Amino acid sequence: MKKRIEDLTVTENRRLTDSFFVLKAVSSLTLPDILPGQFVQALVTDSPSTFLRRPLSVHDVDVSENVISLLIQVAGKGTERLSLLMPGQKLNLIYPLGNSFTLPERGEKVLLAGGGCGMAPLLYLGRKAKEAGADVNFAFGFRDRLRIPEHKAFKRLGIVHLATEDGSEGCQGLVTDIPALKEVEWDRVYSCGPEPMMKAVAVECLRREIFCEVSLENLMACGIGACLCCVVATTSGNLCTCTDGPVFNVRNLKWQTSV
Amino acid sequence: MADLGIKIGSLLFRNPVMMASGTCGYGSEFDDFINIEQLGGIIVKGTTLEPREGNPYPRMAETASGMLNAVGLQNKGIDYFIKNIYPHLSDYHTNVIVNVNGNTVEEYTELARRLADLDAIPAIELNISCPNVKRGGMIFGTNPDAAREVIASVRKAYNKTLIVKLSPNVTDITEFARISADEGADAVSLINTLVGMAIDPNTMKPRLSTVTGGLSGPAIKPVALRMVWQAARAVTIPVIGIGGIMNYEDALEFIMAGATGVQIGTASFIEPRTAINVITGINSFLDNRGFASVSEITGIINRN
Repeated sequence: MKKRIEDLTVTENRRLTDSFFVLKAVSSLTLPDILPGQFVQALVTDSPSTFLRRPLSVHDVDVSENVISLLIQVAGKGTERLSLLMPGQKLNLIYPLGNSFTLPERGEKVLLAGGGCGMAPLLYLGRKAKEAGADVNFAFGFRDRLRIPEHKAFKRLGIVHLATEDGSEGCQGLVTDIPALKEVEWDRVYSCGPEPMMKAVAVECLRREIFCEVSLENLMACGIGACLCCVVATTSGNLCTCTDGPVFNVRNLKWQTSV
Repeated sequence: MADLGIKIGSLLFRNPVMMASGTCGYGSEFDDFINIEQLGGIIVKGTTLEPREGNPYPRMAETASGMLNAVGLQNKGIDYFIKNIYPHLSDYHTNVIVNVNGNTVEEYTELARRLADLDAIPAIELNISCPNVKRGGMIFGTNPDAAREVIASVRKAYNKTLIVKLSPNVTDITEFARISADEGADAVSLINTLVGMAIDPNTMKPRLSTVTGGLSGPAIKPVALRMVWQAARAVTIPVIGIGGIMNYEDALEFIMAGATGVQIGTASFIEPRTAINVITGINSFLDNRGFASVSEITGIINRN
């Protein structure tokens, strides 16, 4: 798939919590095929301390309107600057980047487990999984109820299980404490979020021999496989998260053995 | 249209702009964004005799106007290169230059010998300046005797165009430029990255697995420019300027300081089309100012 570099136009910037926001941007061209799990490299302008682009998961795609949605958590100066973008302003993206999640088969029962901004790629994955005929379920973990972004779009695709560390919403604990993770015979589990969370999900899936893919959030510079900064140790050696990933089957990751 | 052509050793370049080793992969990573063949050349990823896994993650840290890297010469080795990468590279009609690395003089020399047999590789860049490996690399580029020995040995084994990539982590860059020229190098390229480090105060740990890494980007440009200016006045062989070039004005600074050619590095991570934009910008500048060729402004600040 050909990658492009393009100035899109911001159409919407909606705050979801004190740190999460959804940025929507429209292309003046027909969008290329974008697969669930792929990401963009967003240029941050007018932020003197931000040098590199910011890799951001594609949250959703509206093919008919040529609109890409990004669910972003303010984590530093770069994402803070992006959070200030107004409709009408330009957003320069290199996209679509990376590989994609393996879509489920018709009738399969799948769990999409995310923590924090790891929920970002799971909406588009959920949409594509549902289109493929799968039974789609979500499990999300947050620190407390105030940090849970509005998630109606997820609810339209399947059941949403929530966990909060303080028990203020859903079950108390982490994503891995959500009973459904361990009790249901999942055909596939997909995960994105902090590495300890993905590792815990991976351990459970490996134990029960469930297909499990994770989307890694390694630091990266170029996003196109040139700098070799974002590597992850795999059974095939160090691979680039940006081009060989960001989605990896946990069986191929070296970290599965160290958890 | 001004004449942008340059010559290094016996090798002609259609323009003075190349993409720097370690920032352009093997060229194909940029095929969706630019036509590599419009460049003066590309210097492909640092290559070693044996495969190298490089350093553990994290290998990169963003810093003010730049970044640190500690990739550590991850590559699949010369055998894999010749069998799987070279056939694709030989299709590019531009100067494809291989960046050569080793732990010992013998390794550098053997690599040069192997690369000399490849018809579509008209030049090598001898990397005696990688700061991210425990052996070899910068040890050769910061010790005059070691530099002299490895350059002399490679020169004997390699009769095509030999460029020596210098380390800025020295007291006197002109010493290493002179050694390169004395031992028969056709050009020097500088600077490689400056050794630096960063700590995350929240985790109270270094940001790189190796603690220290190589600093690149516009943060190092004034240092690079100064060293290029010094080297260009010290030797008669061409100097290739590298270090924080983000646009054509930056490139012009290096050329006016005495660089025959320039390499675009870290900028390509942010704007993959930077090298092409630099070529266009230099050409417009020369046309607008009435210069017939880029050589008319090479080292122009040194002429008065």
